[in-house]
Amino acid sequence: MRSIRLYLHYVSINIRCVMQYKTSFFLTAAGQFLVSFTAFLGVFFMFQRFSKVEGFTYSEVLLCFSVMLMEFSLAEMFARGFDQFSGMVRSGEFDRVLVRPQNEIIQVLGSKFELTRFGRMLQAVVMFIYGIIQSDIAWSFSKVLTVIFMLIGGTAVFTALFLIYAAFCFFTLESLEFMNIFTDGAREFGKYPVGVYGEKMLLFATFFVPYALIQYYPLLYILGRRKELIFMFLPLLACWFLIPAILFWKFGVRHYKSSGS
Amino acid sequence: MITMEHVCKSYKIAKRNAGFGEALKALFHREYEVIRALDNVTFTIGDGEMVGYIGPNGAGKSSTIKILSGILTPDHGTVLVDGRVPYKDRIRHVQEIGVVFGQRSQLWWDVPVIDSFELLKDIYSITEPLYRQSLEELTELLNLTELLRSPARQLSLGQRMRCEIAASLLHRPRILFLDEPTIGLDAVSKLAVRDFILKQNQTHGTTVILTTHDMQDIEALASRIILIGKGRILMDGTINDIKRGGENIDETVAELYRSYDI
Repeated sequence: MRSIRLYLHYVSINIRCVMQYKTSFFLTAAGQFLVSFTAFLGVFFMFQRFSKVEGFTYSEVLLCFSVMLMEFSLAEMFARGFDQFSGMVRSGEFDRVLVRPQNEIIQVLGSKFELTRFGRMLQAVVMFIYGIIQSDIAWSFSKVLTVIFMLIGGTAVFTALFLIYAAFCFFTLESLEFMNIFTDGAREFGKYPVGVYGEKMLLFATFFVPYALIQYYPLLYILGRRKELIFMFLPLLACWFLIPAILFWKFGVRHYKSSGS
Repeated sequence: MITMEHVCKSYKIAKRNAGFGEALKALFHREYEVIRALDNVTFTIGDGEMVGYIGPNGAGKSSTIKILSGILTPDHGTVLVDGRVPYKDRIRHVQEIGVVFGQRSQLWWDVPVIDSFELLKDIYSITEPLYRQSLEELTELLNLTELLRSPARQLSLGQRMRCEIAASLLHRPRILFLDEPTIGLDAVSKLAVRDFILKQNQTHGTTVILTTHDMQDIEALASRIILIGKGRILMDGTINDIKRGGENIDETVAELYRSYDI
């Protein structure tokens, strides 16, 4: 409870900082909106040619893409501190984190709250609403709940990826760009339900990095293609991915060498 | 009470010659050199002492401070601060210490200083009455009234350093580590900072460990001097031990460094 209050205090300071530069804030937010909009155009033109991709219609793919984008934007909003962690290690700012009597993860999370990701979020919400209107899903309470679970699970998975990304900095001092395959890459290939990429990819995305649990399976449930209740709860199960991420992070902290002076 | 016994710490440093070709070679095969930052360091500091920890650049001062504040883990040796092992019991330990890194800010750049202080209040779980009391006292002694409502980025270096020091003392630590607190300050600010540290030590009995290259800091503040060079403790004494008559203090110290060949 205490840590949540502290985190909110961090968030509030971050927002106060952002408000100092309002032009920059609105331009960045608008930029974020446009960037995701081009991604949307990609899907749009694709469907001008083909009416279906592996049995998924345009509006269904839009639903999938928008949920994934929401998950990613939420994670980026909250866990941006980990995304920019290499700077913190190099400048020695992490020393400061270690001399404060609070958990390191909360402090790094609090170091940056990226409100401008709001633009990307807005794009996702617009797409999501459009997808809902276009598709003829029979909405029920459990399906709405599934969407919420997807958002929670997805934010957790992406946050875990950012955490792993950050933990690598303890060993290399640099951020490893290859990790972007798992974060930005996932956002891009997550436009389509993971199932369309074939069996092997689906296995990888189920058991290794659990993208399928936050996207493909619950989507099948929402679209009414699978009725089993387990498909509704799979996104929550995806939160297990935070455990190895946190362990790896803790291992990294023990390895921390600090920078000169 | 702070004790360090036989503490060693070494770093692996990548080495290569100048030039693009060498950089390319180093990409595949890197040569490392092991630097002993601390080599069998032993000392004891009692409660309420003011100690100047001096030595040339790269002597191991910062490494010592980092080990004592729980940031780094030593390779060998034992470290005890008021009965705690800093790097093992980090959270409980840092609640009792304050650290000022002269070259790094802990204030939020874009919000008024008082906002940063309020956050620190939550970070250190300082109770409301204690916070009010500390803030009032620090504001008066460091003359912060005018500064608290300005964003840190608009303060001069001297003004900011006064705020940094206040930020490190809000939770009333028993031990204060100052890593080059007067670096880059003008004469007036330097005097103000020194004067404040002295008062803090007298009224609250705060143990102060100070690293600096400014020998006037040492002269004004430290009743005891520990000299470190190439990772070893070379001398542990008072300012009078190193003073030899008329020269000024900088020359004295330079002479001292030369005599130890560091």
